[in-house]
Amino acid sequence: MAGFPILSVILALPVIGAIACLLTNAKGARWVALITTLVTLALCAGLWLNFEVGGPQWQFAENVPLFGRYFSWALGIDGIALMLIMLTAFLMPICIAASWEAIQARVPEYMACFLIMETLMLGVFMAQDIFLFYVLFESTLVPMYLIIGIWGGAERIYAAYKFFLYTLLGSVLMLIAMLWMVNYAHTTSIPDLLVTDFPPEAQTWLFLAFLASFAVKLPMWPVHTWLPDAHVQAPTAGSVILAGVLLKLGGYGFVRFSLPMFPDASAQLQWLMFGLSMVAVVYTSLVALVQEDMKKLIAYSSVAHMAFVTAGYFSFSRQGIDGALIVMLSHGLVSGALFLIVGVVYDRLHTREIAKYGGLSNNMPGYALVFMLFTMAAVGLPGTSGFVGEFLALVGTYQSSSWAAFIVTTGIILGAAYMLLLYWHMAFGTARTAEAAALPDLSLREWAIFAPLAAVVLWMGIYPESFLAPMRDDVAALVERIETAAPAGDAQVTPASPAAAPATHDGEGTH
Amino acid sequence: MLAHDLLIVLPEEVLTLSALALMLVAAWAGDRAAKLSSWLAVLAFVIAALVLPGIVDPGDTAFSGMFAGDSFAAFSKVVIYAAAAASLLAAIGWFGRAGDLRAELPVLVLLASVGMGIMVSATDLLTLYVGLELQNLALYVLAAFRRDDTRSAEAGLKYFVLSALASGLVLYGISLLYGFTGSTLFSQVAAGIAGGLSTGELFGLVFLLAGLAFKISAVPFHMWAPDVYQGAPTPISAFFATAPKLAAMALIARVLVEATGPATASWQQMVIFMALASTILGGVAAIAQKNIKRLLAYSSINNVGFALVGLAAGTPEGISSVLFYMTVYIVMTFGAFLIVLRMRDQDGRPVETIASLRGLSRTRPWLAFGMMIFMFSLAGIPPLFGFWPKFVVFNAAVAADLAWLAAVAIATSVISAFYYIMIVKTMFFDEPAPAYGPTRDPVTAALVVGAALFVSPLGYLSIGPLDHAATIAADALFPAQG
Repeated sequence: MAGFPILSVILALPVIGAIACLLTNAKGARWVALITTLVTLALCAGLWLNFEVGGPQWQFAENVPLFGRYFSWALGIDGIALMLIMLTAFLMPICIAASWEAIQARVPEYMACFLIMETLMLGVFMAQDIFLFYVLFESTLVPMYLIIGIWGGAERIYAAYKFFLYTLLGSVLMLIAMLWMVNYAHTTSIPDLLVTDFPPEAQTWLFLAFLASFAVKLPMWPVHTWLPDAHVQAPTAGSVILAGVLLKLGGYGFVRFSLPMFPDASAQLQWLMFGLSMVAVVYTSLVALVQEDMKKLIAYSSVAHMAFVTAGYFSFSRQGIDGALIVMLSHGLVSGALFLIVGVVYDRLHTREIAKYGGLSNNMPGYALVFMLFTMAAVGLPGTSGFVGEFLALVGTYQSSSWAAFIVTTGIILGAAYMLLLYWHMAFGTARTAEAAALPDLSLREWAIFAPLAAVVLWMGIYPESFLAPMRDDVAALVERIETAAPAGDAQVTPASPAAAPATHDGEGTH
Repeated sequence: MLAHDLLIVLPEEVLTLSALALMLVAAWAGDRAAKLSSWLAVLAFVIAALVLPGIVDPGDTAFSGMFAGDSFAAFSKVVIYAAAAASLLAAIGWFGRAGDLRAELPVLVLLASVGMGIMVSATDLLTLYVGLELQNLALYVLAAFRRDDTRSAEAGLKYFVLSALASGLVLYGISLLYGFTGSTLFSQVAAGIAGGLSTGELFGLVFLLAGLAFKISAVPFHMWAPDVYQGAPTPISAFFATAPKLAAMALIARVLVEATGPATASWQQMVIFMALASTILGGVAAIAQKNIKRLLAYSSINNVGFALVGLAAGTPEGISSVLFYMTVYIVMTFGAFLIVLRMRDQDGRPVETIASLRGLSRTRPWLAFGMMIFMFSLAGIPPLFGFWPKFVVFNAAVAADLAWLAAVAIATSVISAFYYIMIVKTMFFDEPAPAYGPTRDPVTAALVVGAALFVSPLGYLSIGPLDHAATIAADALFPAQG
């Protein structure tokens, strides 16, 4: 494999598929897109199998100075990127399959947008040059704008504008910060920048500039308001990509840039990050409780889950960061699945209003079962992926701040409340409308969509080691980089105290 | 010595002689020869570009230092000639359709280009003025080229009156600078103000800069641009938005660096003000536009503001970023205008409303796709190439310790992104309006494809050579570093 530009090949594949889609008709485009995404998934799986756990930090590296003196085509992945690449590649064929019948208008363009999107998202995780990262990061706006605007719901135009301008405004300041950093460090290589010590007084500004971008993307309270609009109006597969991968770009940005590059600023602004996380968990969970639109409810729950991610990251502890990463992976799968669940009934009844449904467990038992599984995963039931991530993130947070941990934990209770409420209204009781009572159960295609998702959610819940192992060294390196700056926790542990014992166990990860 | 001087201005001689010859052809054969003349003019541009001094060699000055044929001038002239030639090609098809392509058109474009060539080469305030006026005189006539169209005549008149005012300002500024420094040569002016800027010199600088800002339509001297762009025939608007913009921008860069370089701190504030005012007003005022040509006029105001950010840096890197910016901007804007040229209703009449673009992605998918590329590119959204010129100007500003300026300017770019994506929305999200009539014009189609490929992500591959050329060109203005 040495010397073979496997990452470039993976990036080129969906682009070629996209061009092929544009040249065929609707039926051809669907098959081209499905085959392309499946081949990409196979190649990414190959990456995982060939990834040397415990090997060098950056693997499969490529570097071609294509773009003058400014930046180069530098790719390479570590374990964290690998896991997010897997998530992306895994969700894409599912998205294509979910759009198989739901999208009837302008299919070739739709499939092309999704394939371009895949290249851009994979590229963001692979980029080893800071400007290449920025270019790809920003580029995702274009296809997503089109996906929301062309194939979205009734209010799609407003949602598309809001999505585009909000995220653009967030990211532009990051570019200036990047320019400053490159002028200071005289390198655009991310691995080199990771070990550059920026002056502490500049770090705060740089951190805030990056925060503006990642906070919008993630999204964090109070800049999350674009998300419910975008989610609700986007077509089902668009919501899956938004929740599954696009939000993770923000989370990836924090762990790749903000924490290791600006450790001092991260420590100084820990209160801000914790504060925003706490507000986000409580506020957005309460908002989710009163939603009447299914997609909106899930969108708000996304914001709440992402607050676990920020709380975990900024705990400066190994468990916290491990947990945050697992929450990202798990949320990518679970919220994606929940949007698909909504999509199933929306395709049949064309309404997202919870009050129009009810009693679906009677006429759609298979659907109710799948729905149940993902509801439980979203709540964080042990045995599902949601539990592992949330538990680790909370353990990490607790080491740093008991109050933050206490308040963020209420998110689990509130999460259970709104998810179970949703499930109750949808699946139990009697049907509120005659149409809802007549809905047919899942088709074979829909089973094929949910089966792999369910399998991975359980796999991650039962044996998370598979997912933690590739990331372990990278998280260790990150923790080592930031621990000198780590603020003191408020736990006041004494070595002899039995209370400290569980913490050391957790340090080995979950077994 | 004279032979040497004449060799330096060889491109101008080629263009002038071609213009005179084509004038005779026009007098002899009338409008029948218009198409042939236009192609011959394009050929003249190619020849002129081939004999440019300063491309492979460092170039030299002529006429006792009043005219520079250096790399900076060479870079600007290549772009100017290319833009002028492309505008002519676009004009052939557009005017030819209505049957009012007249033989004077190539002559005027050639003369305007000679003027622009002199502008970018001027190293003396009087050479500057001669070049400026030669360009302006040709452009007044071009703006009013459709004699039977009142809007076109109005555009010509408006342009003439306001431009004459600006020329007056420039002349007054020149006279002040000359009076206080004792010379019109840029190098002597710089030597005169090296010890500090006196009040008179400062006034001279302000008037000069104000007059020149009119030519690039920077706020607050931008009022003419939307009216003239809207009124002038579309290929002429495309010409206005491209070559003269670069010529005036290059002229400003040379004046500021070579003549008033010692007073950088004084003009930097003015440039920063114009930059921010242009990006903001160019963004806000465009939102309410209904006419696509007016919108593109505001877009040009907006873009000039970003180029000025690079100029404000005042460093070789900043000047090189300005050249880079204007080059890519010209391709993007020209591409957008080429699409506008194809907006005709079923009867072949030109349409200019934005509303007529509704649903273009259904009726003419490739046309809509091209327009989308140009719009996102003008908005500076990666991965389109329009992002990169913004990147280089901001990079230059940050390197010159103007990070705050870069931050404010980039934030204003979000405002302008709104109206660009509004066009995309109109074409892709809205229900179709009546389809445009067919256009058959392989030459402009090839130009559109070429421009679209350049602003597509493939354009990033040209960063290396383009940046190299722009850097050499910019270094020519800074003899100490060069």
